[in-house]
Formats: sequence, structure tokens, C-alpha cells
Amino acid sequence: MEKANKNQSRRSFLKVTSLTGGGMMIGISWFANLIPNEAMAHVADNNNWVQLNGFIQITPDNQVKIFNPNPEFGTNVMTSLPMMVNEELEADWSKVIVEMGDYDTPRFKSQFTGGSRAMAMAWMPLRTAGATARLMLMQAAANQWGVPLIELRTEKGEIVHINSGKRLTYGAVATAAAKLPKPEKVALKKPGEFSLLGTPQKNKVGKEILSGQSLFTMDYQVEGMLIAMVIHPPAFGMQLKSLDASEALKMPGIKDVFEFQVYKDGYVKAGFDTRTFNKLIAVVGNSTWEVMNARKKVVAEWEPIQTTKEPVMARGGRRDEMIPAGLESTDEHLRQMHEMQKKPMRVARKDGDPEAAFKNANRVIERTYTAPFLAHNPMEPISCFAHITDEKAFFVAPIQIPEMMKQNIVANLDIKPEQLEMKLARMGGGFGRRAYGHYIVEAGHISKKVKAPVKLIYTREDDMTNGIYRPTYIMTYKAAIDENNNVTALHVIGGGFPESPLHENRFPAGAIDNYLAESWELPTNITIGAYRAPRSNFNASAEQSFLDELAEAVGKDPLDFRIDLLKKAKANPVGKNNDYDASRYIGVLELLKEKSNWGSPATKNAKRGVSAYFCHASYAAHVVDVTMKNGQPYVEKVVTAMDCGFVVNPEGAKNMVEGAVIDGIGNALYGELVLEKGATQQKNLNNYRIIRHREAPKKIEVHFVQNNIDPTGLGEPPFPPVFAAVANALYKAIGKRLYHQPYIKELNKQKA
Amino acid sequence: MAKFQLKINGKQLSVDVDPSTPLLWVLRDHLHLVGTKYGCGAGACGACAVHLNGNALRSCQLPVSAVGTQAITTIEGIAISETEMHPVQKAWLELDVAQCGYCQTGQIMSAVALLKRNPNPSETDIEAAMTGNICRCGTYIRIKAAIQHVAKSSKK
Repeated sequence: MEKANKNQSRRSFLKVTSLTGGGMMIGISWFANLIPNEAMAHVADNNNWVQLNGFIQITPDNQVKIFNPNPEFGTNVMTSLPMMVNEELEADWSKVIVEMGDYDTPRFKSQFTGGSRAMAMAWMPLRTAGATARLMLMQAAANQWGVPLIELRTEKGEIVHINSGKRLTYGAVATAAAKLPKPEKVALKKPGEFSLLGTPQKNKVGKEILSGQSLFTMDYQVEGMLIAMVIHPPAFGMQLKSLDASEALKMPGIKDVFEFQVYKDGYVKAGFDTRTFNKLIAVVGNSTWEVMNARKKVVAEWEPIQTTKEPVMARGGRRDEMIPAGLESTDEHLRQMHEMQKKPMRVARKDGDPEAAFKNANRVIERTYTAPFLAHNPMEPISCFAHITDEKAFFVAPIQIPEMMKQNIVANLDIKPEQLEMKLARMGGGFGRRAYGHYIVEAGHISKKVKAPVKLIYTREDDMTNGIYRPTYIMTYKAAIDENNNVTALHVIGGGFPESPLHENRFPAGAIDNYLAESWELPTNITIGAYRAPRSNFNASAEQSFLDELAEAVGKDPLDFRIDLLKKAKANPVGKNNDYDASRYIGVLELLKEKSNWGSPATKNAKRGVSAYFCHASYAAHVVDVTMKNGQPYVEKVVTAMDCGFVVNPEGAKNMVEGAVIDGIGNALYGELVLEKGATQQKNLNNYRIIRHREAPKKIEVHFVQNNIDPTGLGEPPFPPVFAAVANALYKAIGKRLYHQPYIKELNKQKA
Repeated sequence: MAKFQLKINGKQLSVDVDPSTPLLWVLRDHLHLVGTKYGCGAGACGACAVHLNGNALRSCQLPVSAVGTQAITTIEGIAISETEMHPVQKAWLELDVAQCGYCQTGQIMSAVALLKRNPNPSETDIEAAMTGNICRCGTYIRIKAAIQHVAKSSKK
């Protein structure tokens, strides 16, 4: 067996590769590439790099490297964020090397993958970093030539003296530039002056991904590394009682089997410290298959948990999180949720006099919507590499917001903050799941115990049954309609386990004179967390389904009905704190109306549905065309309109929206995690249904509102409105409204 | 443990592993060919697709003892040369298919096998051949377009 492993402490390696179009480029693989016999030019990464600031390094022979600060889980920040730097830096983008930054948030200001915030958070600092470096390079050239700065311009990584035509590469002056004081102020280009931003650019690491290079945590290997897996209780509401490891320890290749506690007793959890079970069994061995086999030999006894309270310090201050005893089930959750909807709850917002409006109504429409728990199921199951020594705590971690995990790692592994070193691996999907880094702490404990480098791997079953899920929710909408078909009042109640989906200040709040929003939550021992547009992903489905039904009830076109309401909210907003811009909302709907050729289906068999939503600072609206294929719904085509401000990379942006639309269709129709006696009934991808090729639309058209508003995100905003667009089109196709996700289950239940 | 001689990407490689070890883990853990991905271990997602005598197959379902002398090709072995990618990989680049990228090597292996036996697949053929490969990011439209792009280019 060839040993091609590289020690993880070595710095990155440059690899000379060729572009498919000819021409050489330097590609970067920050993990040691493990493929034997591949031609590699190993160059110690930090040899000749001159650092101009935290984001930019240049070699004397004019190689330019830009660091991407944000962990990459597929939104293509490895391309779009360095584009922001380079727009101002004006290096040759085709030759720029992009490298994933290590965890070093002070250096990068922000390393945050979540909340669709990358674009907005990076917009000023990354362009400023590029502009600052460029100015320093120009000043160094001006000094060298003895000419004023104003006589210089830059072009593709070179400084040009305009009058004489003399040129210097960035590399030639980088060392001198790095010694200059940092300019306090730099001018940034205006959108009309951009040459790179706003142009479609391909994924900077596309080749590395498609050739199967070692990019993901799952791929990470070092000499002497052990594989670890954890065994957790078979159901929520259970805990480890006793462990008999004797048989498992006899299995070939097994180094250790032991129980361990993830967080210390009394540890005050921060917002992203959610973990499932605190006592786990670790099985550690030489190879994955040996560990998989040995874990089957572990004999464990489990017992029911007692109701406990765990301290949490998160949004809203310190509180005690109730973890109720019991084995919970989906049926019981649904029963309780429906029960709760009948009672008066906490009032989150009230405008006008809704009681009077309902009393005086000519008609009242009331509808209740529900949705199940969802598992994130990123394609790469949870994993983490850890090597804890006396000197340092080294991790290769797939983590969305590393800074949020720091105090947790330090506190629970008893290390000093300065001992923590973390490489941020490319993540095989995240969708919110990888915001909760309990697995980093788990890997750390195991490495400490076995005193070796360890890669912790969750199997798909572990990943799915030991999850931090999208909660189950319910929402009831009630509208009062007068004799002239005006909607005079709206009453919304939202609740769920263990959080409410309600966003009381979202549209149609602000457009309805009399409005009441109520909210509640019940405790559960099922762990939940952010899932692509948390709360919005259900809120939108209920709200936008109800608006569709309301439009029909008052005899209006559903798209025009929304626009009319928004026009009212724009001209004369009701109440305070409406958290949307009615003009931009109208803008996406009008663009959608035009581009979808609203009113005429794409094919004669297709039925159309519309939906729109605003969340995470961007506006999205979809028209979907549904046909029935062998009695089952099929979304054939989708037309989307988006307003995310200035579109940084139109190619990547389109890809993101397409993906969110497909994810939305899949979850609307098929997504569900059912619980029985505390155990998830779906345990692997053979029965947790994720949308597949033949179920994906044939066409998704994405249109962006053209404006120069500072960019906002796309990872989440297009996702929530898909659900209702599907439901609304399905209504047209089958003549029945569907209220309970996944829709295919309700549809087939109705048929039976 | 037992010794196996495997023919992988045109090379003879030897491993000493438990005979029941799935080819997936032999490739990943023992031969450091990490382009073949673990997604489910149940043959349900296609992330671990490799070629056995040119046909796409889930390496998580194949014990190493069943491989024998059959030729295995992984994502690391499909490039035309060290400097030139396979036309399917090029199409994937051209159409900017990947998001997170984790499933894409498996998608490419399935696509290469499809195009080998059916150089001009219809939309239905593509859907049928690719439906075993899950992409959680939802890049299906681009995957299909990339396959059609290869089919079209090869006709010219």
C-alpha cells in the first residue's frame, strides 16, 4: 500500500494544473492531495507570499491569492467573495488563486455562513480590502518611479504609468507596498464602474471538485489517523444506562470503545450549541469498515430520561430550556398542535379592532396548515477531524460559523483559546445543520481519550436519527370578508414544537386594517435547529396558500390580489414594524407576471400556481406549472423573479435559485421525518424521500430585478415561497386544496 | 484479513483487508482515492458510483472479495490525460453544475457510463439513468444540460 498521506500540520500545497481551455493556471488544494502518482509541484505555500492584508497575498512573480473568509457549503462563496476583493484589486481574475481561509475571525472580520448573509456582510470589507491593497501597490510603484499617484492606473495585475506606458507587475512592488502605511480611506467603485462584479463567473474550484480531490472533511487523512463513530440512544427521550464493550473490543482493528459526555454538567449552551444526546459511546479503530462492524457488537442498555432543564444563553438572555421526559410521536404532536390552536395565545401583534371586524364579517374563511419535522440530510454526513495534543487542539471541521463554537470547544475540552486551530473544510451541504458543531466537541473528546488524530464519521443513519431538525409547525389563518368582498381582518395563530413559525410583522401585516397575530410553543425532547430559511420555510407556505384561497374567495386573480394588497401597504401602511419594502415586493411580482406570461400555462396540460415571499433581506416570487403524471403531481416548469439587490455573480446566483426551487419542490411534496416512540421512522435515504432527477422540473427560468441596491443573499429567500406555489398549482390541477405537508402524502391519503 | 490484487484506473494495486469490506472503503480508507464518496452506504444515493468493467455500480454495495479481476475505474481515472479532463467533466465545468459538489463525482461516473452505452440519450433516458444519484443541492437541471451538451458535442 502506498503511503501518500501528508501531515496535517504542513501548510497548503500548490498544484500546477491546466485549464481545459488551454493555458496554465495554479489551482489550489489546501488539503494534501492523496492521489498517488499525480503530477504535483509541491511548493510550500508561505514561502514567497507577501501579505498585503488579511485577504490578499502576492508573490514577487505576480501570483495573486485571495482568501475566501466564509466557510463554503455550496453557495459558491469561494468565487463570489473573492470576486468582490478582485473588483477593486484589479488583478487578472483568470489567474487569481482562491484559497479557503482558516478559522481566524479577527483577521477576516466575519466568517459566517448562514442567514443568507455572506453577500451583505462581505460587500464593504472585501471591496475595501481590495481597494486598499491596490492603492498600496500603486503608491509603491509611484515611489519607485518618482511620479505622482494620479499618473497611474492598474490593469490585470499591473501598474501602468499612463504617460510613458511603463509597467510594473503587482508582484514587483508587493514587498515595498506591504511596508507602506495602510491608507485610512479608499474610494470604492460604483456599480456602473464594475468590470468583474455582475458578470457570470464559473466556480473557481470547479476542477478540484469534479476531479474528486480531497476537499471535504470526510476525505481528510493523515498518518496514524483513527476512525471513530458514535452510538447514540435509539430514540429521543432515552439515555445511556450501561455499556458492555467487551465483544466490540475484540473485533479486528478496534482501538477503544468507551462512553463519554459531550458537554459538562451545567454547561451554559450558546445559540448554536444544540446537541442531541449528551452521553455517547465512541467506537474507535483503524478503518471505517472495522469500526462499522465493531459497533454492531456493542451492547448498551438504554433508559428513559427524566424531565430536565438545561441552561441556555442565547437571543433574549439566559433561560432554562425544558427537555421533557417521554417518547414522542408525530401523531401526538399533531393532536396537541391542533388542540393548542383552539386556545387564545400570546399576542404578538394587533392592529385595529379585529374582534369587531370578525363580528361584522359577511363571511369568514379559516384554514389550518401543518408541516412535519425535516432532516437536513446534507450529502456529506456529519464528520470532523480532531487531533488534540498537549500543545494544541487541531480540527478540520465542516462548520458554518466557527467563531460561535469557540467558547464551547474551549470550555468542554478544557483547552486554552490560543491552542485552538481549525481548518474549514468544504462542506458537502449544510442547510443549517452544520451551524451546530457539537460534533467538533465529540471528535475532540475522542482524540483526547485515544491520544491520536481521529476522524469522527456519522453514518447516514447516525446523521438522520441524531439530527437537529426543522421543527414541526402549525398555523391557522382566519380572514373576515365584508359584503363588498373586502378583506377586513386577518387572524393568524402559529405554533410548534419547540418554536413558533410566526413572523408577525411580515406581509400581509401592514396591508390589513384589523390584524391579530398570536404565537405559542410547546417543549419537546426532539432537537431542532435552523433549516434553510428557518420558520419562514413553513410560514410562507401557510401564508401564501391562504392568500391564494382568499383571492379566489373575493374573486380576484391571485397575483393581482397580492399586488393590490402590497399597493395598499405601500400607500398607507397599517401598524408599525412592517419588515418588508412594499415597493420591492411589488417589483418582483410585476417582473414575475411579465416573465411568466401569467395567465397562460406553458403547456396545455399544465396548471399554474403563484407565490411570493420576503425573508433574509431578499424578495422571491415563483410561478410553477404542474401536470399530473400517473396520478402524481409533477412540477414541469418554474419561472422565478428575485430581488436580491445587485447580483454579484449571475451564474452562481442562478444556480443557487434553481437549487432552492428544486429543494422546495422536493420538501413540499415528499419531505418528512416521522417520529414514533421517540424514534425517527426514516433512517436512511431509501425511505427519507429527497427529490430525484426524474422529479425535477424540466426548466427553471430565473429573472433578477435589475438594481444597484447593495447585494443580499440567495441561499434561503427563494426556498420558502416554493411550497405554496406548488400547493396553489396543485389545487388548479386536482381541484382540492392541500394543507398538510408533505403534499403527496395528503394527496394520496385523500385518494385512498 | 486477506490480500486482494485490484485493477484500478489501469494500475494493479494490492490491499490487505477483511474480504467483506465494501469497495467504497477500500478505495477511500486504504487506497486514498477519496473522489468516490460515502453518502448512505445503502445503495440509495449514488455518491459512491464507480465503474466495474465500464458499467456504473455502487461501490458501497460491492464487497472487495467480489471484484476479482474486473477492471475498476474511479473518478480519479477518467481524465483523458494528466492535463485534460474527461469530456463529461469539461461539460460539468462549462455549465457550472456544482454547488456543494459532494455528489458530483458520483453523478459524473453515472453520466460517463450512460453516454458510453447510449451516446445520444433522450431526456427520459437521462432521467432514468441518473435518478439513482441524489443531489441534495438540486443541480439536476444543470446535470441534464451537461449530459446533453456532451451528447451534442460528440455528434459534431
